[in-house]
Amino acid sequence: MKATYSLFLVFGLVLVALIGVGGLGLHYLFGVIIPYVAVLCFILGFICKVLNWGRSPVPFRIPTTAGQQFSLPWIKQNKIDNPSTMWGVVLRMFFEIFTFRSLFRNTKVELYDGPKLAYASAKWLWLFALMFHYAFLVIFIRHMRFFTEPVPSIFQFIDKVDGVLQVGAPHIYITEIIILVGLAFLLLRRILDPKIRYISLPADYFPLFLILGIVVSGILMRFFVKTDVVGIKQITMGLVMLKPVLPKSVGTIFYVHLFLVSVLLIYFPFSKLMHMGGVFLSPTRNMINNNRMKRHVNPWNYPVKVHTYEAYEDEFREKMVEAGLPVDKPLEQSPAENKE
Amino acid sequence: MALPSARELFSKISHRMPKREWMDIPVEIKPGRYCYPANPKSLEYVGMPYARQWSPLDEDWKLPENWMEIIRTGMRDRLDRFRTFKIFMDICVRCGACADKCHFFIGTGDPKNMPVLRAELLRSIYRGEFTTAGKILGRFAGARKLTEEVIKEWWYYFYQCTECRRCSLFCPYGIDQAELTIIGRELTNLLGLNTDWIATPVANCYRTGNHLGIQPHAFKEMIEFFCDDIEEVTGIRPEPQFNKKGADILFITPSGDVFADPGTYTCMGYLMLFHYLKEEYGLDVTWSTYASEGGNFGFFTSHEMMKRLNAKMYMEAKRLGVKWILGGECGHMWRVIHQYMDTMNGPADFLEEPVNPITGTKFENAKSTKMVHITEFTADLIKHGKLKLDKSRNDNIILTYHDSCNPSRGMGLLEEPRYIIKHVCNHFYEMPENTIREQTFCCGSGAGLNAGEIEELRFLGGLPRANAVKHVHDKFGVNMLACICAIDRAVFPPLMDYWVPGVDVTGIHELVGNALILPGEKERETNLRGEPLPGKEG
Repeated sequence: MKATYSLFLVFGLVLVALIGVGGLGLHYLFGVIIPYVAVLCFILGFICKVLNWGRSPVPFRIPTTAGQQFSLPWIKQNKIDNPSTMWGVVLRMFFEIFTFRSLFRNTKVELYDGPKLAYASAKWLWLFALMFHYAFLVIFIRHMRFFTEPVPSIFQFIDKVDGVLQVGAPHIYITEIIILVGLAFLLLRRILDPKIRYISLPADYFPLFLILGIVVSGILMRFFVKTDVVGIKQITMGLVMLKPVLPKSVGTIFYVHLFLVSVLLIYFPFSKLMHMGGVFLSPTRNMINNNRMKRHVNPWNYPVKVHTYEAYEDEFREKMVEAGLPVDKPLEQSPAENKE
Repeated sequence: MALPSARELFSKISHRMPKREWMDIPVEIKPGRYCYPANPKSLEYVGMPYARQWSPLDEDWKLPENWMEIIRTGMRDRLDRFRTFKIFMDICVRCGACADKCHFFIGTGDPKNMPVLRAELLRSIYRGEFTTAGKILGRFAGARKLTEEVIKEWWYYFYQCTECRRCSLFCPYGIDQAELTIIGRELTNLLGLNTDWIATPVANCYRTGNHLGIQPHAFKEMIEFFCDDIEEVTGIRPEPQFNKKGADILFITPSGDVFADPGTYTCMGYLMLFHYLKEEYGLDVTWSTYASEGGNFGFFTSHEMMKRLNAKMYMEAKRLGVKWILGGECGHMWRVIHQYMDTMNGPADFLEEPVNPITGTKFENAKSTKMVHITEFTADLIKHGKLKLDKSRNDNIILTYHDSCNPSRGMGLLEEPRYIIKHVCNHFYEMPENTIREQTFCCGSGAGLNAGEIEELRFLGGLPRANAVKHVHDKFGVNMLACICAIDRAVFPPLMDYWVPGVDVTGIHELVGNALILPGEKERETNLRGEPLPGKEG
């Protein structure tokens, strides 16, 4: 149900663009106003969210240690998974962000009659998640050729590498296939794996369908509902130069694509997609495990009520003396003796 | 409550998901799955709010009238104070990598024991109360209303988490359910909802210095009993010192080691080691009856209570004028010392940077906190050949080693205990790699869950650990499980009896005590447990 809702929501969004541009001719709204709003929303929203996170302090240094600590000189430390220096953390974060290292550890528990438990390797999620994210990144970079003039050689190069297969005309990008495969896996896993289906929210299906919609509309535009690429570049450059132009030669399919991207940008800062920013700030990953070497300061550390030794000795002094334990204050004389 | 047989209990485990969505399944408080509520007197003693008699099985939990306001303010306040809380509320993508990493989910199959859903219990309220999308879109945005039912659910499930952090290891963003359980428990504590197995040790510890409420004279007496036992086995009587001003080192260990078998044998190991070091090298170690607890059940209550109980360590070290502190074998104690103590109660500028006076080794990794783990200390002694050991005395033992959650994932103490094991024991086998070191499985009873009334839950939670022990028991004939945690030592014997009969439990320093050749000792016939040594069975 949650998946269906989300799917229809994306269909609805497509319909909005189709009617808005194709039926009502609101080219300016969908081609200029919404994209500008979306970019602004994304940038401001992203910054606000990160600043909001940053406003809360990290009171304690609580890295999750995933290997041998820095200890005695002859014990080999795991410098990446249990970093004791800033460089170690940089490496740990690098592997976390670029290779999804934690996800690579994934296992799957299996119950057998025996009774017996076993842990099978489960790297599919890691593999397809990695494929999806990298394909997305390359596609994003590839699109920069629409927003630059002249196109820097790095974007041309990536475009060329991505299209190296030279199959079909226009030729297929490798990333087009990879992102579809990645999305399909992530979606099917969510729908077919009972556990994952159980924990999923509409907010987990919606971005998948939305991105799928973006990819599919992009592919349609290139292969099936061909539209004027030169005109598109005029639009995108017009947006970049803040001098919007809307050539009539560009078909509605482009506006659908653009609208879905705009929705993604607007949705991003308010959703779980912020994991993109959050992963950098996660205290269990980005902190140095030098806890006992360097004092971490908690800005809101406040004094608390404690039970002092004096109070403790006052309560137990007699018993302590009797047991031969040293005391700070000798046993009091009885009041009568004191008076003398 | 009589437990079904191991096979029967196992056969009832099902990982099938319910038909209804989790938000539609009201919490069902099952006997055997929850710890009894706190004795109001214990809460009052330490000034915790809303102490009262209440029963989890009752409809009415007697919440304070303004409970909703308390929770809202409590959450807002914690969102402002903990970046972890904010980020962990916002960025989970529900990829499910954590789902089957939790021993309580593996054992109970209850979906709300998947770390991701345990966190969603809190997240759904966060969305409903603190995010615009949640306020407008409600359930479509994953939000739900704050009701008494939710509070009951929180209490039920946050006390079915042992804060072991295994989920956080597998999470691609490091979302740490332990952190959320800690914060969730703080919230329940604001409403006077706690468990007695945590609250009473807290009150005891506050007053007497240790969780068990052992008073100073009794503490000394108990340790002297151990000295009697050691004398019987070795002919040598250690003379431990208590509350001694000007000693070199203050030693603090969990009071469980002083109280219950088999932790007591580990305690004897410490006593023998210190005696040896005093005789051979003149090392001056003192125990304290005031700081007589390494563990910290305040950690399972609130950050504030943790700080209040932990304060004694530094206060006592300062009063006695020792150079640095040595800490015994304990799990969560070391999470608190390693990741919290210096921040909360430091700086410990009245102590010296710890140096092992016998080997000259500087404990670089402890130079600010000034507290050294006893396995770091002993491993250093062995490495420098400072201990005379006869490891054949442990030849009857076929050993495996359990990494305690906190020293593994909150510290990284993995090799030190293994190094000691290899020097005091000839037969050592590791459990499968998915179940040890940073991937270790919890004993199922940490974070204040070692209560008798939840035995079934604990056995289910301890299943993954027991199952790994069974693997090496069947394969290599392992008959002893070593650990460096007092809770483990209390929990494992019944857990092993249930799932893997024939495996006993020991601390590392019990093995050291048995292998250590004390100067002038008589020929030993038995180990510290009074069992005949190898070759002396006749």
